[in-house]
Amino acid sequence: MDIMIFLIPAAVLMGAIGLAAFFWSLRSGQYEDLEGAAHRILIDED
Amino acid sequence: MGEPALNQTSGCPSGLSPATETENRADPAAFVRTDKQGRESIELLVQGAKCAACIRKIEGGLLAMPGVADARLNLSTGRLSVAWAPGALQARQVTEALGKLGYNASAFDPEAAKQQTDEEGRRLLRYLAVSGFAAMNIMTFSLPVWTGHGEMGEGTRTLLHWVSAIIAVPAGLYAAQPFFKSAWSALRVRRANMDVPISLAVLLTIGISISETLQQGEHAYFDGIVMLLFFLLIGRYLDHRLRERARTAARDLLALQSVSASRVEANGHVTSIPAREINVGDRLQLAAGDRAPVDGLIEEGVSELDCSMLTGETLPQPARPGGAIHAGAINLTQRVIMRASARVQDSTVAELARLIETGEQSRAKFVRLADKAAQLYVPVVHSLAALTFLAWMFGPALLRFVGLEVVDVGFRAALLNAVAVLIITCPCALGLAVPAVQVVATGRLFKRGVLVKSGDALERLAQVDVVVFDKTGTLTLGKPKLVSLVDVETLQAAAALARTSRHPLSRALVEAAGPGVAEKGVREIPGEGLEAEIDGVILRLGRRSFAAPNASDVTDGSAELWFALEGEAPTRFAFTDALRQDATETIAALRKRGIAVELISGDRPVAVESAARAAGIDAWVGAAAPGDKVARLNALRAQGKKPLMVGDGLNDAAALAAAHASASPGTALEASQAASDIVIQGAGLLPLVEAIDVAKAARKRAVENLQFSALYNLIAAPAAAAGFLTPLIAALAMSGSSLVVTLNALRLQLEGRSWTS
Repeated sequence: MDIMIFLIPAAVLMGAIGLAAFFWSLRSGQYEDLEGAAHRILIDED
Repeated sequence: MGEPALNQTSGCPSGLSPATETENRADPAAFVRTDKQGRESIELLVQGAKCAACIRKIEGGLLAMPGVADARLNLSTGRLSVAWAPGALQARQVTEALGKLGYNASAFDPEAAKQQTDEEGRRLLRYLAVSGFAAMNIMTFSLPVWTGHGEMGEGTRTLLHWVSAIIAVPAGLYAAQPFFKSAWSALRVRRANMDVPISLAVLLTIGISISETLQQGEHAYFDGIVMLLFFLLIGRYLDHRLRERARTAARDLLALQSVSASRVEANGHVTSIPAREINVGDRLQLAAGDRAPVDGLIEEGVSELDCSMLTGETLPQPARPGGAIHAGAINLTQRVIMRASARVQDSTVAELARLIETGEQSRAKFVRLADKAAQLYVPVVHSLAALTFLAWMFGPALLRFVGLEVVDVGFRAALLNAVAVLIITCPCALGLAVPAVQVVATGRLFKRGVLVKSGDALERLAQVDVVVFDKTGTLTLGKPKLVSLVDVETLQAAAALARTSRHPLSRALVEAAGPGVAEKGVREIPGEGLEAEIDGVILRLGRRSFAAPNASDVTDGSAELWFALEGEAPTRFAFTDALRQDATETIAALRKRGIAVELISGDRPVAVESAARAAGIDAWVGAAAPGDKVARLNALRAQGKKPLMVGDGLNDAAALAAAHASASPGTALEASQAASDIVIQGAGLLPLVEAIDVAKAARKRAVENLQFSALYNLIAAPAAAAGFLTPLIAALAMSGSSLVVTLNALRLQLEGRSWTS
């Protein structure tokens, strides 16, 4: 069961990364205009 | 096609439909500010943008203008921020450019825009994220404990419990903050709310789980704590979103109304300022069509005022130097200069403000459904937990006393079972039961153009059994419509004169006549009428004493215009304030639902009676002062009825606040919208019927959800008290019950769509 020593920190770290990524997306305003983002993908940049 | 619908929303598809008239809009110059990079910028509210083509058209069109540095449209909120090099262009050019593209835009007060950032929502989202991620992570360690029953060694189990504790204790204490704060502020005033048992359960569970882990015990509820908080925070966040959306939408509606004023400076220059910067003594210029932003006295100019928002009276009132003008009155014909006698916030008549306040106090007594449930729930659950502890602690001794062979379980087991009761009954489903239903219901109404200000507004709306309508601007369009039958030639001749005027009766005449040319050289005599000379013949259109002094008086109470060619018999045009297109249908629909309908108006009884007859209302009152309306509503409430007041004017604001529930159209004045529970956008009244239907359906769903929660507790609580609860059962019960109430709320989205038939 020595593998637990690696597995537990790995699981906690992955959770922490997910949480940090969520906070980053929240802070960088990615939830400000959900509808607009869906439509902007259709605009050609020319 | 027919005549264009009023309040028609412009814009999509890609701005093909025409923008509504923008002439009465405030000058956006007052709302320009300088941003961090030294550029001038403005926040605009754009109506009608709906798709990718709209984004492209608006942003592309503005960026193509010389000097514009940045243009970004937020499609969800309709906010457009534009920035340009200082002095490169005027703010008005931006709104004009948008108008040409086919979109209506109005300036947004930067102060209001700053308040927009929803701090509380973000904080709730952070709590939600922390509890969600912690719950997922702890599941990784809980699952082996649950499934490895018997095979797992005590050391491994304790290790996994410790890892869970390291995550759950900080995450739980962090994410439970909203509940701790609310519970603390309730306890300080010696009250108990739903957050008191939640906080208690969280703290006790953390404590007992740590102590179990220390003693290498079998059951630790670390997963339960964070999962519980996660579900409760979902309910909290949904409730917040609902309020926030209604608040923003209500503010957007108000941004469309005049918020700037033209101040005449000492040197004679006119500058555009935000209305809230008006000081007492300022000289303000009101062009024809402008709404008076504050109370004041007229100093220069002769014109007519439309006071229908203030009194319900549809006929224009004369305005002369020295006369008073109240905030909300619309200047009709000529430019006037007024001197402000009050600031914006002091301009609502003092008596009205007092009436609104007393009305709202009586409404504050309303107890929300969830709070009613909480009042029952808190004492029952806490006494059950206490009983559980006492029974396990002293039960065995009592049983031995009567001669049975029972062994003591000890303090630890007794406490563990008592805490299990608190955990399993923690109002997970109860916290979600009502908000989930209300969010679905208001979301559905929002799509139909009905703004619901709060969850308890929806609850009150569901109980309504009498609807009291105001007339002018609510049941009717609030603008006159030609009703006399006149031959086309005379109508066209009169319309040619009328096209030069902004008087509402002239406008109504032009609307009836259709497009055509305006006569040249028309003089407008304020308060009298219009005069023109064509080929030596004098034409006059206006009041009887002016245009046709010899004609006999017709007293049918309707508004009138007389038209006369010199030497010929005069023609009379009669006007009436037309009902909204679906007014009759709305009233019939309300009747069908067993809801009584009344009409109460400040307008002349003749006009009120004819409107009541046309709409199919038997009970009507005319010439009612604001106090009379309040008295009528109080009388209805005294009879045990739950009246819904529908009104738009300042004279309705007090009645709106006094009613059990209240609604106003989107065209209503700020004070009325503020006093209303729901605001209906668009030209029709039928959404009101749908709002009542949805509110009733929502109430049914909410009650079902509460009943389900009660049933769940009836089964789960005794099981926990009996000592059958394990962490696995707690996790399943909590998520299962939350899922059931959410799914039941979503049913509301699907049912009862055929309300129009």
